[in-house]
Amino acid sequence: MIVAVASGKGGTGKTTVATSLALSLAPHTPIHFLDCDVEAPNAHLFLKPEIEQGIPATLPTPVIDEGACSLCGRCAEVCQYHAITQVGGAVLVFPDLCHGCGSCVINCPEGAIREEPRPLGMLESGHVQAALEFAHGILDTGQPLAVPVIRQLRWWKPPHPDVLTIIDSPPGTSCPVVDTIRGADYVLLVTEPTPFGLHDLRLAYQLTQEMHLPAGVIINRDGIGDAGVLEFCADHDLPVLMRIPLDEGLAKGLAQGIPLVKLRPDYLSRFRQMFKMIARRRKEPA
Amino acid sequence: MNVAISITTISPDAPPDMHFGRAPAFLLVDTDTGQRQVAANPATGAPGGAGVQAAEFVIQKGTEAVISGSFGPKAYDVLAAAGISMYRASAETVDDLLRRYQEGKLERVEGAASATDKGRSQR
Repeated sequence: MIVAVASGKGGTGKTTVATSLALSLAPHTPIHFLDCDVEAPNAHLFLKPEIEQGIPATLPTPVIDEGACSLCGRCAEVCQYHAITQVGGAVLVFPDLCHGCGSCVINCPEGAIREEPRPLGMLESGHVQAALEFAHGILDTGQPLAVPVIRQLRWWKPPHPDVLTIIDSPPGTSCPVVDTIRGADYVLLVTEPTPFGLHDLRLAYQLTQEMHLPAGVIINRDGIGDAGVLEFCADHDLPVLMRIPLDEGLAKGLAQGIPLVKLRPDYLSRFRQMFKMIARRRKEPA
Repeated sequence: MNVAISITTISPDAPPDMHFGRAPAFLLVDTDTGQRQVAANPATGAPGGAGVQAAEFVIQKGTEAVISGSFGPKAYDVLAAAGISMYRASAETVDDLLRRYQEGKLERVEGAASATDKGRSQR
């Protein structure tokens, strides 16, 4: 089973929820934790895994063989990202615009283009405890493309039927999130009960609807804002699975990298109960 | 000489735009005949690679010189590779710019606005 923890708005508590869910269920349930928020991975700050393996994340990027190039301009014509342009007697390649689609290579009539891996970041894996495996992707600073790193992380650590995969998603509703939650059996949407939280929850909920993924809501910093989120959930039959109150003590502990379930052990059983509910929900026919 | 000036709206009376790649339009001027034409910039709302696309566009239009407030690194590389001269838009109106250009008083742009990721010339 794959559970993805997502949100529209950033900073709502995705990592707080994902890490505490993992720590509540391990060691009884073997868990594979993936931090797919490659632009700002931070689950390791809470889980403190021992990193055992690391491989570079790369993207195939065109290199032009000047001797073989006939300056026909076909590569520039087929590139949808304007990563190749031909002006006068020169072919210019802009690697940071390249999405690695390979169209230039396929279409070059001279066979003058080959691809070389361009480093985008790193993938790392290790263990938090024997039954809790951890992996994350780290996009290099200044790199604009998160999706290839997320895809490689998911290929590198594919889900296993006997293992619960918990995925910490990037915020928002754009391509990196779509690639992260694709194939999930359940999406936990973490929000805060404010108009801003509701605005982005609505977008995230629409995304899960569009992708036909069952979803439930966790309200963090409960007690602030207004009743808008609760009303939205009631109107859309969206279950509110947990409410975590705004609490200065919790905030202080989380800021020091202490997981929620360590700060408040009563949440261990709450997360276990919640997981039972979503595992059951998953088995219901859609 | 064919000159392109980045402008803020798709109108012949529009003031100069301070950015090349995402300018809404270009005023294309034939300084020999005085003929003027407004062309919408296809790259103005591009998700990425606007500089490259805008440069390709003005090159296609037969431009020999470009006047704009600033040029990004990729636009600069493409225009430079095509042998197009770039000038800094240091006037409030396109008429003033054209007059200064013809008097040879516009500053030549040597180098991009910010060279964060220069295109890799492969030829």
